[in-house]
Amino acid sequence: MSHLSQRPDAPVVGVSMPHESAALHVTGAALYTDDLVHRTKDVLHAYPVQVMKAHGRVTALDTEPALAVPGVVRVLTAADVPGENDAGMKHDEPLFPEEVMFHGHAVAWVIGESLEAARLGAAAVGVEIDELPALVTLADAIAADSYHGAKPLMETGDAAAGFAESAHVFTGEFEFAGQEHFYLETHAALAQVDENGQVFVQSSTQHPSETQEIVSHVLGVPAHEVTVQCLRMGGGFGGKEMQPHGFAAVAALGAKLTGRPVRFRLNRTQDLTMSGKRHGFHATWRIGFDTDGRIQALEATLTADGGWSLDLSEPVLARALCHIDNTYWIPNARVAGRIARTHTVSNTAFRGFGGPQGMLVIEDILGRCAPRLGLDATELRERNLYRPGLGQTTPYGQPVTQAERITAVWEQVKENAGVADRRREIAAFNAAHPHTKRALAVTGVKFGISFNLTAFNQGGALVLIYKDGSVLINHGGTEMGQGLHTKMLQVAATTLGIPLERVRLAPTRTDKVPNTSATAASSGTDLNGGAIKNACEQLRERLLQVAGSQLGANASDVRITGGVARALGRDTELAWSDLVRTAYFQRVQLSASGYYRTEGLHWDAKTFRGTPFKYFAIGAAVAEVEVDGFTGAYRLRRVDIVHDVGDSISPLIDIGQVEGGFVQGAGWLTLEELRWDTGDGPNRGRLLTQAASTYKLPSFSEMPEEFNVALLENATEEGAVYGSKAVGEPPLMLAFCVREALREAAAAFGPAGVGVDLASPATPEAVYWAVESARSAHDEGRAPSRVGLADDGLPSGTGALSSA
Amino acid sequence: MVAARITVNGKETPLSPSAPHVTALDFLRDRGLTGSKEGCAEGECGACSIMVARPGTDKPTDWVPINACLVPAAALDGQEVVTSEGLATAGEAGAPPELHPVQREMAMRGGSQCGYCTPGFVCSMAAEYYRPGRCAHAQPDGEDVQGDEPAVDGEHGPNGFDLHALSGNLCRCTGYRPIRDAAFAVGAPEEDDPLARRREQAPPEPVATEYARDGSAFLRPAGLPEALRLLRERPEAVVVAGSTDWGVEVNIRARRAECVVAIDRLPEMREMRVEADHVEIGAALTLTEIERRLEGTVDGSVPLLAKLFPQFASRLIRNGATLGGNLGTGSPIGDSPPVLLALEASLVLSDADGERVVPLAEYFTGYRQSVRRPDELIRAVRIPLPLSPVTAFHKIAKRRFDDISSVAVAVALEIEDGVVRRARIGLGGVAATPIRALAAEAALEGERWTAATVESAAEILGSQGTPMSDHRASAEYRAAMLGQSLRKLYAQTNEAVPS
Repeated sequence: MSHLSQRPDAPVVGVSMPHESAALHVTGAALYTDDLVHRTKDVLHAYPVQVMKAHGRVTALDTEPALAVPGVVRVLTAADVPGENDAGMKHDEPLFPEEVMFHGHAVAWVIGESLEAARLGAAAVGVEIDELPALVTLADAIAADSYHGAKPLMETGDAAAGFAESAHVFTGEFEFAGQEHFYLETHAALAQVDENGQVFVQSSTQHPSETQEIVSHVLGVPAHEVTVQCLRMGGGFGGKEMQPHGFAAVAALGAKLTGRPVRFRLNRTQDLTMSGKRHGFHATWRIGFDTDGRIQALEATLTADGGWSLDLSEPVLARALCHIDNTYWIPNARVAGRIARTHTVSNTAFRGFGGPQGMLVIEDILGRCAPRLGLDATELRERNLYRPGLGQTTPYGQPVTQAERITAVWEQVKENAGVADRRREIAAFNAAHPHTKRALAVTGVKFGISFNLTAFNQGGALVLIYKDGSVLINHGGTEMGQGLHTKMLQVAATTLGIPLERVRLAPTRTDKVPNTSATAASSGTDLNGGAIKNACEQLRERLLQVAGSQLGANASDVRITGGVARALGRDTELAWSDLVRTAYFQRVQLSASGYYRTEGLHWDAKTFRGTPFKYFAIGAAVAEVEVDGFTGAYRLRRVDIVHDVGDSISPLIDIGQVEGGFVQGAGWLTLEELRWDTGDGPNRGRLLTQAASTYKLPSFSEMPEEFNVALLENATEEGAVYGSKAVGEPPLMLAFCVREALREAAAAFGPAGVGVDLASPATPEAVYWAVESARSAHDEGRAPSRVGLADDGLPSGTGALSSA
Repeated sequence: MVAARITVNGKETPLSPSAPHVTALDFLRDRGLTGSKEGCAEGECGACSIMVARPGTDKPTDWVPINACLVPAAALDGQEVVTSEGLATAGEAGAPPELHPVQREMAMRGGSQCGYCTPGFVCSMAAEYYRPGRCAHAQPDGEDVQGDEPAVDGEHGPNGFDLHALSGNLCRCTGYRPIRDAAFAVGAPEEDDPLARRREQAPPEPVATEYARDGSAFLRPAGLPEALRLLRERPEAVVVAGSTDWGVEVNIRARRAECVVAIDRLPEMREMRVEADHVEIGAALTLTEIERRLEGTVDGSVPLLAKLFPQFASRLIRNGATLGGNLGTGSPIGDSPPVLLALEASLVLSDADGERVVPLAEYFTGYRQSVRRPDELIRAVRIPLPLSPVTAFHKIAKRRFDDISSVAVAVALEIEDGVVRRARIGLGGVAATPIRALAAEAALEGERWTAATVESAAEILGSQGTPMSDHRASAEYRAAMLGQSLRKLYAQTNEAVPS
């Protein structure tokens, strides 16, 4: 067992406990960025001047009328920027743009004594623009050849030879929607300037170091003049990985120029219309199977809707390509990727970061091809799972370690769910119910853990022990509800050998731990836990020396457990607080900074080959749905999951991540619908679903009626802190089984063996059209080759599936 | 007149200096009570949920959760409010507060992740915790935790907890399972629970309010005659009951009114009477009040309304929304008009001179327009008796809880000896106003209730109205759903014999 993964006796890790802030959450005492406004004096409010056109050049910006509004203090424009007028790491996101690039793009910000004054001021700013043609949809951009950023190509084996040897070759097309993060807390920041000009920004950000970097380059000051703090976020999901920076820079600029605290908080409409979302994708594909249904070759082109600027689109696309195999061995592949440049918000990170999009393509292919191959879809999936012991590698050349876990979770979840018996029950139910059909589906997940970009795979921590024995920890990760801080407290208590109550955690700040990576890629625990463990080990080694001399033993024979130091084989004890006090008087340093870098990674973005991931997170799920044939409405009757989190550091937290991720994934695939005005009218490019009333999140009525989650047992991961695995993103992709179950339930309205295409999201309407297409096969006496989605105004997402 | 003030967590808090349009949510947050959050500002997410002491159904006072983001703070003048901060009991100096049973279950079971929606969930859950109709099913708190007992069904816990109580609260983190477990685990309030005891006393009386600042005013007249005089003097006034529609206008479309008149506590508009030939429902009763009062009176039972309410917005909205408001806004996608059209309801319109009765079928005149004059109020809704025995309400939406209809179809049929004697069908979402499906009704009446009749009527129904394509649904789907609703009703009435 590796040093990193090994747990001491009586560890605090592995104990199920509530979120460290749970009591604060339920009493309303937990503070979020905007709650600080009510505790800060003389705060000014910033409000964006949004231009409601999708594309155009700004020809005039008249701020005078705004300044005449009572309570308006200042209007921020490009002329006020002392540093670089840019909010992005790619330098393609002007903070105060001269060209409006999406409907709702903010060209200026108004600072007011009250939010109402700032709002009225923003409404008074006169903006004139020369309108330009706008590319609103992926189809628009593809037709116009409008792309930006890298165009990666992933190749393995010999695709042409693979197709030549295939017994069945199918081609198809698939376009599917993105997803709004809809963190309950919208983007917010509060900026203050101290007596020496140093800027302190409290921001709802997953990446304080990068927020600091953007604020400093906008202000034209070195990074050490800017401190960014994040108390906690009311949800992030990737939406606050890169998007908060520009907003924070506006608040900081306002504070610099006025000398007063400046706050902004986007209202929901602004957040929905101004911030990026999960990338929608378009895919064309060609796949070859042998006579047994084993994949021989895959060719595909994935086009991501990047929106107006690059943001994180390149790494999102890279991860999409790296996950098109999901749990399936594809010996020969040629997969190209490109990023469409459209006049919409700049799409960004969202839980899974392209992985879900890549995996959705292959799961959709298998779901559509199974009837064509005359195979049950679960059977087709099983035949293609990665197998252990065969030296199989991913299409980008990384060996698939732990392939045995892919089949283990698959078999276990089928067993837990009683799939064989329930299949029979479902068949009997369907035979007796002409207007209602049920179906279940099994899908799996294999998700690579680590940032594709190797440099990001480092973490830092600062651990302080005070003379009274209390411990304060700081690390580079941010808390957005995922329970990272809870886990970090458990890691620190475990490594130091003290009770959890001895350890407190201070908010994430760039002046405590510098140059941190985003809390993203599910890596928070791996990176920061590694760093905290490292810092605590340094301290523990020093204290063991002290304890050894006190206990008359060699330091290597001393253990600290439960806050007491003991030498092996002896009765004498030394309490933690006495040990710490003694160490202080012996002038032993009681603070340490910790550091962790993930070992063994390499990645060549040009050849698109390497071992970018430390390990894979693995899981499998079974969903059963019931579809109403009259309306396409459906219920999620039961979900069973077996998921591999390694040896869990905090089981209650991990199960929460699995369940929450699953429901969020099901929301993306079935319910949540981003719709833009694609017409040529005056509102072209406007987001139509820009409110909670039109963009519907899963509610209680969408949660599985029966929901069983099991964590894979005896699952130590050698390569991560205390044997655990990352859990933030992978469970989202377990929800593919819901979509595939809906497809099969819709097909059950048609003749046996009929295949149906299903739009994504599979809303009741989309399911209804799938049901109709299955029924029409009864009439026509043949399987339909395409779904009759009547016009372009409908959610598209399906295309021809033809045997070549 | 006493200066406007609200009792918040037991402490009298003056409304001043908030402007009359300021929501209860901003009022609370401006005073440091930042537990209540703004998640959507339109009553969809429930992060702003607070509890208000209101006239009760089974006890003098009910703790009623509402969306603080929609209600003007001035509407709560003289009322008692409890927020998440007020549920916990303060501990000894320096010690953490003692959590409310609902808070404890939420915290211990992983019901919070990011915590932002949690105070709102806690308030909605606490209100259900105190609902007298629930408490009868629950063991006292402190006894064995019952979370592991089987639920009655997916939406009702063994402790009587109705999950619809949380239909107006959204969580983006947990996937809801631990929240459901927490809800189904709470026991009954202990005897010395101060909020439980508060239910035994009368609720705060409505307070006549004149709250004016900077040229705008919030007015709550004491009685109907005064309200009608006021509307005649100020025809531009915005009339609000639960403010569930106006609040959205204020927050999302930044509308401001010089004068807002609140009518939701007028006694003349809060009566429900069952007469020999009709039921009269006061237009200012909240939908929850109507639902509970109809549940309580067998004679007053209106099954079609009972089918409507669980699908009408969320519990938080139904706690404020009224039939008067739903009809007053004249929205073509309101959920009550199709039902009331199928029930052949009439509206009692009052002005300063008297009353007139208008059949609902003649009420709507255009998109968000009606025959109601600005100086008139909908005082009551009358539903004629006897009711048609075969009824259905089909709401087509993406979500089962708390969604807006793309299409809504309400059907009321009298079938005698296998022949349809009377058919009334109300449609929403297919035209500029809610409409009756007269051609489809005619195709049914006098015909035998058979698959063939239903098929031809369904074809006709599918061609009624002029449905549009928008972000909720395509025109084709909307049209298809009209006919399907009739086919589905037919299948349900013949359920015993699967074809």
